[in-house]
Amino acid sequence: MNYLADVTALARKDLRLELRARDTLPAMLLFVLSTFVVFHFALPSGADELAAQGLLWVALVFTALLGLARAWAPEREDGALDGLVLAPSDRSAIWLGKSAAVFVFLVAIELVALPAFALFFSPLDAGAVLGVLLANVGICAVGTLLAAMAAASRTRELILPLLFLPLAIPLVVGGVGASVSTDPGRYLAFLGLYDAVFAILCWASFEYVVSE
Amino acid sequence: MIHARRLEKRYGIRRALWPLDLDLERGGFLVVTGANGSGKTTLLRLVAGLAAPTGGELEVAADRGGLGYLGHEPLLYRDLTALENLDLYGRLYRVPERRERAGMLLERFGLWEVRAERVASYSRGMVQRLALCRALLHDPELLVLDEPFTALDAEGADLLDRRLRELAGTATVLLTTHDPARVEPLASARLALT
Repeated sequence: MNYLADVTALARKDLRLELRARDTLPAMLLFVLSTFVVFHFALPSGADELAAQGLLWVALVFTALLGLARAWAPEREDGALDGLVLAPSDRSAIWLGKSAAVFVFLVAIELVALPAFALFFSPLDAGAVLGVLLANVGICAVGTLLAAMAAASRTRELILPLLFLPLAIPLVVGGVGASVSTDPGRYLAFLGLYDAVFAILCWASFEYVVSE
Repeated sequence: MIHARRLEKRYGIRRALWPLDLDLERGGFLVVTGANGSGKTTLLRLVAGLAAPTGGELEVAADRGGLGYLGHEPLLYRDLTALENLDLYGRLYRVPERRERAGMLLERFGLWEVRAERVASYSRGMVQRLALCRALLHDPELLVLDEPFTALDAEGADLLDRRLRELAGTATVLLTTHDPARVEPLASARLALT
């Protein structure tokens, strides 16, 4: 129970910080909507609907990357991460709390982005929406860990995309498959498996990421 | 409480702390002095568990929950208020009656009136006072303080002096300073790093 209480307290802290500073969510929202507008004009008229589904995933992954790049910014300022690391709670709770907060940010963005996508391009079916939700879990699990690793580096803006994008490829494959396939079940199962494997790996390895 | 043998720390080829031996018994008050770059902060980060030694042995008989740490940075969130910062750390440190404890410390360090203001609006000295509140919040048995008088005005320094006098003999204190005369009456041991 203490572990869950720690995770909740840490995630709530991130949501409170974002509501106050409004550093990340407005930028992510503007980015994803701008991307849709650019894609809308970039795609030739009469372009295949399948191409638009692919573009949705490009937009979502890069929007998530934008949020992940800022995820540890409050901890970088004034050394707050050291404060969390020193606390007697399990250090994986820091990762889980941050991942939960990033997940909430992503869902909040998608509540606007998915209807906007339907407006610009084509409606999304249940498979695509489920695919987005499952991909969010993987993006948050892997992205939060990699963002913590990158945060310790002076070249964090360069390192994070280099680390994150290769690991996001399976999520894009599963997500696009779930969006366009007539049988999305196996793609959703693939995304679920990815989430489970990487969530366990990230949960277990966070301790080493924050150790000097 | 703290025992070190040939303890050293390197970052790549740069040696941040030359091998040193150290023994500090429970209730002791060790004052560490030395020039900039002599390894004072590195030593404190090793003791706090924020860094791992690259050589020698280090034994600290206090777990993370029993350690209070004040570093060069305040380890606070700028966009949270003083109360919210202390409430978060109070939860993580499982402090019983954390709100009462936070209120008592804020009052003692002269921050009660600004408890609901964001830390971003504080002066450097006020941030240092709040960082001290954070380090003392869970009533630690081992207190690791890196130049704690930095940025404090005369009143803040007197408040810290008083608190250190109360702690001397009960908690174990490891403190670095460039002004050893200030804490000389409390010191039970001294270490000069070169």
